[in-house]
Amino acid sequence: MAGSKEIRTKIKSVENTRKITRAMEMVAAAKMRKSQQRMRAARPYAEKIRQVAAHLSHANSEYSHPYLVKRDAVKNVGIILITSDKGLCGGLNTNVLRMALAQMKQFEAKGTGIRVTPIGNKGFSFMSRIGAKIESHLIGLGDTPRIESMIGTVKVMLDAYVAGEVDAVYISYNHFVNTMKQEPVFEQLLPLSGENLNAEGSGSWDYIYEPDAQAVIDEMLLRYVESLVYTAVSENQAAEQSARMVAMKAASDNAKAVIGELKLVYNKARQAAITKEISEIVGGAAAVS
Amino acid sequence: MAMTIQVDVVSAEESIFSGLAELVIVPGETGELGIYPRHTPLLTRIKPGSVRLKLPNQTEDTLIYVSGGMLEVQPHIVTILADTAIRGGDLDEARALEAKRAAEESMKNRTTDIDYASAQAELAEAIAQLRAIQKLRHKNPH
Repeated sequence: MAGSKEIRTKIKSVENTRKITRAMEMVAAAKMRKSQQRMRAARPYAEKIRQVAAHLSHANSEYSHPYLVKRDAVKNVGIILITSDKGLCGGLNTNVLRMALAQMKQFEAKGTGIRVTPIGNKGFSFMSRIGAKIESHLIGLGDTPRIESMIGTVKVMLDAYVAGEVDAVYISYNHFVNTMKQEPVFEQLLPLSGENLNAEGSGSWDYIYEPDAQAVIDEMLLRYVESLVYTAVSENQAAEQSARMVAMKAASDNAKAVIGELKLVYNKARQAAITKEISEIVGGAAAVS
Repeated sequence: MAMTIQVDVVSAEESIFSGLAELVIVPGETGELGIYPRHTPLLTRIKPGSVRLKLPNQTEDTLIYVSGGMLEVQPHIVTILADTAIRGGDLDEARALEAKRAAEESMKNRTTDIDYASAQAELAEAIAQLRAIQKLRHKNPH
């Protein structure tokens, strides 16, 4: 029975792989629910801070914060690139990296300098491999991203923007559409675009500011930008978990198909061996009699 | 019944409190602030400390600890944008420096120019693999 032992070993190993992918699928499904909840939990804050920031930018036209001023000449750009820390999540990271890379190429063609702040291991290792100029990075966020751990990393890029080292900051991440669909996006973070800050019904009234308008606006806009980054990270995480769940489900299904095929081959080989043995015996008996 | 004001305490990571209160006491940057309904619009930073809420029909005050943040007051709505992290100019600066240092460390010992060609080849390969897997799946609908 040539090869049947090898086939049996192979079936066993594929079965083991399938067990792992099944387990990962279930883990991803559980994590996905949690990360979606987190994504939703972050919305009230982001929405509120957007409203207040919108009101501020309209009510205080005499003080213009650097985050709100569009610069004429864009010599350098910063990119905050959000990817996952771990792989095995289908084309999620590949898609976002490809989009970012295409944009980077365009910037470079125009002679614009690029600095990158990767958040997530995949983007970081990709960017360091291709030799991009990394301003700061953040890896190992875990399943519950904390805004606390992002402050420093993001501040480096924001400081570079305020200091004029970069003239625009972009953010690239996976937008969570639904469980089956994630879309890579590449959008401008700074200067804050006007349409997001168009206040609805900001009348003639204004706040009392303590200690003064400028300090409050500075703090508010900083938090607004941070909340935008946090929202992007939490959205990317929800996208990651659902992409992983789908990818692992596909892997389990594939393993099942492979096992089926191998079983067929194994049974054929076994049948052939039996037939051969019988015909040998019959042949032997015929020769004796 | 006493007049009430809508209070929302939200942080970037979750919504902490939402409901009606008769009085809100907040540790503002320039001193404690007691806010009753129909307060004039106000925007200020708050210090780390507890926010005290007097809820209707309850004798005990509700305490919520915040590690700083922003307070927005409108005549009928009070919003506290709470920080989950302890903030401060120096502290943020230290975090930024740390992040920068880590980045510089990782920038050492590597080539300077972005090698688009090999990066693109790498991505193309990954995409091709994914496509192949998808095709395989189409062919073998178990």
